[in-house]
Amino acid sequence: MKTFKKLAVVLFAMMLLVGCSSKTPASDDTAGDEKAFVIGGSGPTTGDYAQYGLAVQHGAEIAVAEINAAEGKELLALAFEDDKSDPEIAVNAFNALMDKNMQISLLATTSGACSAVAPMVQDEGLFGLTPSGSNPAIPTVGSNIFQMCFTDPNQGKASADYIKAAFPDAVVGVIYQNSTDYSKGVYKTFVDEAAVIGLNIAAEASFGDNAASYADQVDAMKNAGCTVVFLPIYYTEAAGILTQAGDYKPTWFGVDGMDGILSGVENFDTSLAEGVYLLTPFSATATDAKTKNFVETYEKNYGETPNQFAADSYDAVYAIYNAIKDQGLTSDMSVSDITAGLIEWFTSKSFDGITGTSVTWDVSGEVSKAPMAVVIQNGEYVLAE
Amino acid sequence: MRYLKSMFSSKNRARTISFLMVIVFYAIIQSAIATRSISSLMKGMMVPLCAYVIAALALNLVVGILGDLSLGQAGFMSVGGYFGATVATLALQHVNNELLVLLIAVLAGALIAAVFGVIIGVPILKLQGDYLAIVTLAFGEIVKTIVSNIYLGFDENGLQFAFVNDTTRLSSTGTMIINGPIGLSGNARISTFTIGIVLVLLTLIIIYNLMYSRQGRAVMAVRDNRIAALSVGVDVSKYKLMAFVVSAALAGAAGAFYCMNYSTVSPAKFDFNTSIMILVYVVLGGLGNMNGTIIATAVLLILPEQLREFKDYRMVIYAIILIAMMIITNNQKCRNVLEKIKDGIAKIFRRKKGAADHE
Repeated sequence: MKTFKKLAVVLFAMMLLVGCSSKTPASDDTAGDEKAFVIGGSGPTTGDYAQYGLAVQHGAEIAVAEINAAEGKELLALAFEDDKSDPEIAVNAFNALMDKNMQISLLATTSGACSAVAPMVQDEGLFGLTPSGSNPAIPTVGSNIFQMCFTDPNQGKASADYIKAAFPDAVVGVIYQNSTDYSKGVYKTFVDEAAVIGLNIAAEASFGDNAASYADQVDAMKNAGCTVVFLPIYYTEAAGILTQAGDYKPTWFGVDGMDGILSGVENFDTSLAEGVYLLTPFSATATDAKTKNFVETYEKNYGETPNQFAADSYDAVYAIYNAIKDQGLTSDMSVSDITAGLIEWFTSKSFDGITGTSVTWDVSGEVSKAPMAVVIQNGEYVLAE
Repeated sequence: MRYLKSMFSSKNRARTISFLMVIVFYAIIQSAIATRSISSLMKGMMVPLCAYVIAALALNLVVGILGDLSLGQAGFMSVGGYFGATVATLALQHVNNELLVLLIAVLAGALIAAVFGVIIGVPILKLQGDYLAIVTLAFGEIVKTIVSNIYLGFDENGLQFAFVNDTTRLSSTGTMIINGPIGLSGNARISTFTIGIVLVLLTLIIIYNLMYSRQGRAVMAVRDNRIAALSVGVDVSKYKLMAFVVSAALAGAAGAFYCMNYSTVSPAKFDFNTSIMILVYVVLGGLGNMNGTIIATAVLLILPEQLREFKDYRMVIYAIILIAMMIITNNQKCRNVLEKIKDGIAKIFRRKKGAADHE
């Protein structure tokens, strides 16, 4: 009779599982009061890439708080879930957000997770604007999907142009990571653009996952006598290369993945990052009122300087807010009406934010804004001349 | 009545419970979907749950029944998943039936994984000791690295393949199937919960039939005492290989089914961590215990998602629950308490059963 005991226990456990998962749909008894627009997003708030996810979450939180304060009512409500930068968990996070009646989506923070979520956002007919998913394939998923950040190819191209203009006599080297799509993508467009504009690349080196040492790569740069080394990689690996280089100090030049090198790596001597250039849409030391206000609030609330992920996320929420105001959208409209209104605004209007002015989007959802270069001086990002 | 009794006889009990459990679970979830009382979160997790259950059951065949440690289950899922998804994407160009394409993909995934199972199993399973663990571990990592360097796409001129550097020159109407470190991109999402349950049931049928057959008894004899098994003429390496290849094939099928649920799957998904996670399902569920494996997989997969309400503390709570589960299932006092509760429930059932028999 043990059978029945076991069976009973199992059935009981299953009932519990289903029981605690079923949620009562949001009741409509608050009709009359205006409800807030539910904006949902996900990102890695735990694990290896938590810097990115937390930055996006915090940037959006500040924007929502400011907008609600300015409106004097709760116009926007932010729901943010952890996706560990894993497409499988990102799909779970998206479903969890749908359970919270999400009306507008910030998609996901990292490219891989974003690619998994975008088709689902398209299927549900939601409007999706990713603050930081930089894969160029993301906006091509559908007409509802938009990007707030640069695409990877743009960064490689812009970096080559910038290096050619700013360091005309430099001997240029590249170290990239051959196991991430991000690094390979930027590397490829950098090399392609270099060939077009006649920028001579003296040395190239690459590494894979979990590299134990970067000695070979750094030696390759040193031996070729490189004075500018382009690093289209994430900040964790970049910190390893800078530590390895020691006395050899060329001008390191990174893109958005480098953002985080000052705060994201444990036991890293940040004085090594002095003089590092990075291409970014955002500089925390910019002097315009909007940026100053954002940086101040961010430092006060979270105790660190915001990076471009936070800034892109802040801008994404403000862009949605501007669209809601201009189009006269209300939260009790159907999801398809909200989406249609937002798409109309994003493809026809321009936006002034902290990551760029006169930012526009084309019909495919790709953003157009000008990058700028910052250089690290005394542990801070300073706009490069 | 006699048939019913034989279903619950000591020999068949575990098997019957497995099938009943899966079918009842399916019924509960389907009725919850029909009445819309299930969250989208739970609904969305059903397909990956089925895939992980199949992979964990398959691993239990190697770890629990064969008694060898394999750390490459994710590698077989990866091989099966990528091959299956490639076949499916190509098949969808000609066949309009999604169900048929899904089944073809799952079958293709199982076949290719079985081939790799043979390639790995033949040289290794003749050895004793930890070699299988070491080689399967390496296999998983090799598969991950190779797949993240494959570029495969097709356009009207046919298939194009490149390795390490993307040299494919697809026309504007072309599609990338496997795109290097991004992995599968633009997959058709055609896996369904119902097919998943059918595959789980099929897996159970295969595993139980193997366990209770002559071959299965030989496999378990090898596990319990290799020398004794050899002395009575059991062909040790043959039976080891058989169990290993069946396990690999099932993992390949699970991988294909998993991949066909997502529009993008990166090769890094099937890394060492995933292999270990599946091993945790098996160990926590009990070596050789298929019911335990199913329950452990369901609980451990769903738990972290259900803890989302706890925000930042969820992974802490998850870890505490994991530790508590391990302590409770191993502590004699806790076990005694559990037994008493079980006995109590059983008494109620026994009374009801007795009453039913009298009628």
